Amino acid sequence: MPEKIIIQRAEFENTLRRMAYELVEKCGGLENVVLVGVHRGGVWLAYRIATIIQAERGHELPRGELDINLYRDDLSRIGYHPEIRRTEVPVPIDNAFVVLVDDVIYTGRTARAALDALMDLGRPQKVLLCVMVDRGGRELPIQPDIYGVKVPVDSTGLIEVRFREIHGEDAVVVRPRS
Amino acid sequence: MSFPERGLIGIRALRREDIELILRTARSMKDISKRDVKKVPALRGKTVANLFFEPSTRTRTSFELAAKRLSADVVNFSPSGSSMAKGELMLDTVKNILAMNVDALVIRAKPEGACEFISQHVDVPVINAGDGMHEHPTQALLDALTMEEQFGTLDGLKVLIVGDILHSRVARSNIYLLKNFDIEIRVCGPPTLIPRGIESMGVKVFYHLQEALEGVNVIMMLRIQMERMQGGHFPSIHEYSKFWGLTAEILDRHAPPDAVVMHPGPLNRGVEITPDVADGARSVILYQVENGVAVRMAVLYLVVGGGR
Amino acid sequence: MTAIVLKKGRVIDPSQHLDTERTVIIRDGRISGIYPPGDEPPVEEDVLEFNVDGLVVCPGFIDLHVHLRDPGEEWKEDIASGTLAAARGGFTTVVAMPNTIPPNDTPQVTAYIVRRAREVGHVRVVPAGRIVRADGTALSPFGEMVEAGACAFTDDGSWTSDAQLMERAMEYAKAFGVPLLSHPEEPALSCGGQINEGQMSLLLGLKGIPSQAEEVAVFRDIKLAELTGGHLHLQHISTKGSVELVKLAKEKGMKNITCEVTPHHFSLTEEAVEGFNTSAKVKPPLRTEDDRQALLLGLRDGTIDCIATDHAPHSELEKKREFNEAAFGISGLETALPLSLNLVRNGHISLSRLVELLSVNPARIISSRGGTLKPGAPADVTVFDPDLEWEVTPEALASRGKNTPFLGKKLRGRVVITIVEGRIVHSVLKV
Repeated sequence: MPEKIIIQRAEFENTLRRMAYELVEKCGGLENVVLVGVHRGGVWLAYRIATIIQAERGHELPRGELDINLYRDDLSRIGYHPEIRRTEVPVPIDNAFVVLVDDVIYTGRTARAALDALMDLGRPQKVLLCVMVDRGGRELPIQPDIYGVKVPVDSTGLIEVRFREIHGEDAVVVRPRS
Repeated sequence: MSFPERGLIGIRALRREDIELILRTARSMKDISKRDVKKVPALRGKTVANLFFEPSTRTRTSFELAAKRLSADVVNFSPSGSSMAKGELMLDTVKNILAMNVDALVIRAKPEGACEFISQHVDVPVINAGDGMHEHPTQALLDALTMEEQFGTLDGLKVLIVGDILHSRVARSNIYLLKNFDIEIRVCGPPTLIPRGIESMGVKVFYHLQEALEGVNVIMMLRIQMERMQGGHFPSIHEYSKFWGLTAEILDRHAPPDAVVMHPGPLNRGVEITPDVADGARSVILYQVENGVAVRMAVLYLVVGGGR
Repeated sequence: MTAIVLKKGRVIDPSQHLDTERTVIIRDGRISGIYPPGDEPPVEEDVLEFNVDGLVVCPGFIDLHVHLRDPGEEWKEDIASGTLAAARGGFTTVVAMPNTIPPNDTPQVTAYIVRRAREVGHVRVVPAGRIVRADGTALSPFGEMVEAGACAFTDDGSWTSDAQLMERAMEYAKAFGVPLLSHPEEPALSCGGQINEGQMSLLLGLKGIPSQAEEVAVFRDIKLAELTGGHLHLQHISTKGSVELVKLAKEKGMKNITCEVTPHHFSLTEEAVEGFNTSAKVKPPLRTEDDRQALLLGLRDGTIDCIATDHAPHSELEKKREFNEAAFGISGLETALPLSLNLVRNGHISLSRLVELLSVNPARIISSRGGTLKPGAPADVTVFDPDLEWEVTPEALASRGKNTPFLGKKLRGRVVITIVEGRIVHSVLKV
């Protein structure tokens, strides 16, 4: 199976834009909203969504970043040590409206870990889950509130979300797991 | 198979990328200790044994806090009132503890090479918390983290270590670590407390503190042990502090204004360091203590965290 | 008694300037004769004949420095196991060090060792007694102990640091014609030391023993030998400085000074202790490459008189320990020949010089009747294959002491027959 492009360029940008609208709508405004991106793709997605909102609404949403590795449920099973990046949320999340942002949702385990990590930082009033790609295959009862595209892929495939800031192009691609 | 699979026996076996990984991880760990909830579930269900065959409240406490902040269970074992006093061999003690299904050992012991020896005979990772005059790897790592925080980078620094270099595992581990970077390492102390031939480790030797302080960024004062006097290493505490003790006056006159003062503790106030220096604006001693927990969390995570 | 015929071997006997193909005939525990092949006289009685074509036949090796640990530390070694190891290593005579429990400072202990060796020993054992009695400042009774079988006196394991006692001992020993074996180590300088003071002590943080701790002791002893004219034999010298001091003394014409070197000191350097390897923990410590080269030169130019193993067997109890707690010592009887053959293979010495270092010279130092294959001499003979390769494993060693840094290594050269006074005490050859 060769690499397959699901969306790219303008369509990618349009998807982001739609997600941004949906986010504002579901949060009932921008008051008290904090974007928290999960390392690494989620951090870039949060940045792009925040940029769109800033341009359209002139409002800069506070953005944080979250490393979930210390909260993984398979830490003692995987044979390597994922490197721990910084967890940093610039504003208190107590009673805030937190939008947890990740690039892809698959089993739901990362989102579960992210929720736990978030709870150790404070007690948000409400948490929404926002992802670029929902690839199905959930193992936990967790669903995104906002998503860009739905791409059912079995375990042999890999979804890659590319951002022009780091990969040089905007695209969602499917490729075989190497 | 060495770091991190077998644990952390010494800095000597580490490569620059290992050191950088530990320091990066430690910086992430540091945030955890500043939160309201100072705990992550990374090592939930793991048991870490602190075996301190030589007393050390601070290092033990630091390791204990580090393990607990990663949600590991910690057992502390120290020889007073235990079977060690009854002549049991260290290795037998270790094997007894291991029989209770422990996942990692943190060991402080008097004989040089004790951790290496034990790690050759057990199949869990061993973290060296100081073995005689050999190494104290987590101390050197926390020192490096502190220096990096103070100056942004390690490369290009001039670091001076003052005191009993001969008997110091802290000095040895620091030299091994700093040698991985573009750092000028200086040592200073009475000639009787500087090992002959230490220049071959890539350090510059000074006997006069004033001279040694010229142009340095970091001044690391080592604890001087009173019993060295009996061995003829120096004639009196008075003479030692007069020539090798750090006072505010000497510091201000001879060291650059941005130089920081470090000390691995515990301090002998008024001997190797005066109180005004230890508590002064250039002292980063308490940052070292804080960084100790972060570094030990990083090491525990890297050593115990992965599957095997 | 059955005669033994060693047919067509390469017979090397420096005492007769012999290095050629010969047949050796042994009768009644003595060398009966050495004959060119084809010229052998007929042997009428029962005869054991070995074809030793391609093998080296030489006077039995003599080790001036062996710890048999008997009496007192039999879990490490005893006279039976230690002398079996000696036989396997090609040694027909070993000098037993006196640091036993109780120490050999009385004729009773000397007599025990001699008697026990006769009962269970595989090779000849000659005890060395202590110079200074273990319980005080007086000398051991040299005369009575020589009568009981002692061949030399030594405080091996430590130095006889009291200069006055050493001076008197050197004088007094002259009456009995025995050498004093000195373990040169100034304790004030070596105190607490674990390994050589140098690169490894810097790297590992272990307390070092400087070369000078040995050299100041060598110097004092040479001066006392100069003063007294007594026979001083310096044990296991290990440094360049010690070789220089001995060379200087010999150049000044001092015939009463001899010295030995161990196979581990001329084979290894301080780097062998890397990783806190206790099997390389030994006194004197393994030194630097510079020192090793000086030892090789001394072996070649005659400054060093003999090779002695300082066979120091220990059990796991003493060696499987933290480095500081582990005992000093290397088990050496069974690896001495292959390590010494490396000297020949690397072009440092000839095979004939090797036999001199392992047999002829040590015999002279303790006035033994061995060290020669002259007709009429006791039939102490070693036959070895200089090229046979074998692996040093715990099972391959007869000694109880498996404490050798060569464990797991493949060595070249192995003893195939050892004969003591006409008795075959070790053989892997078929008749």
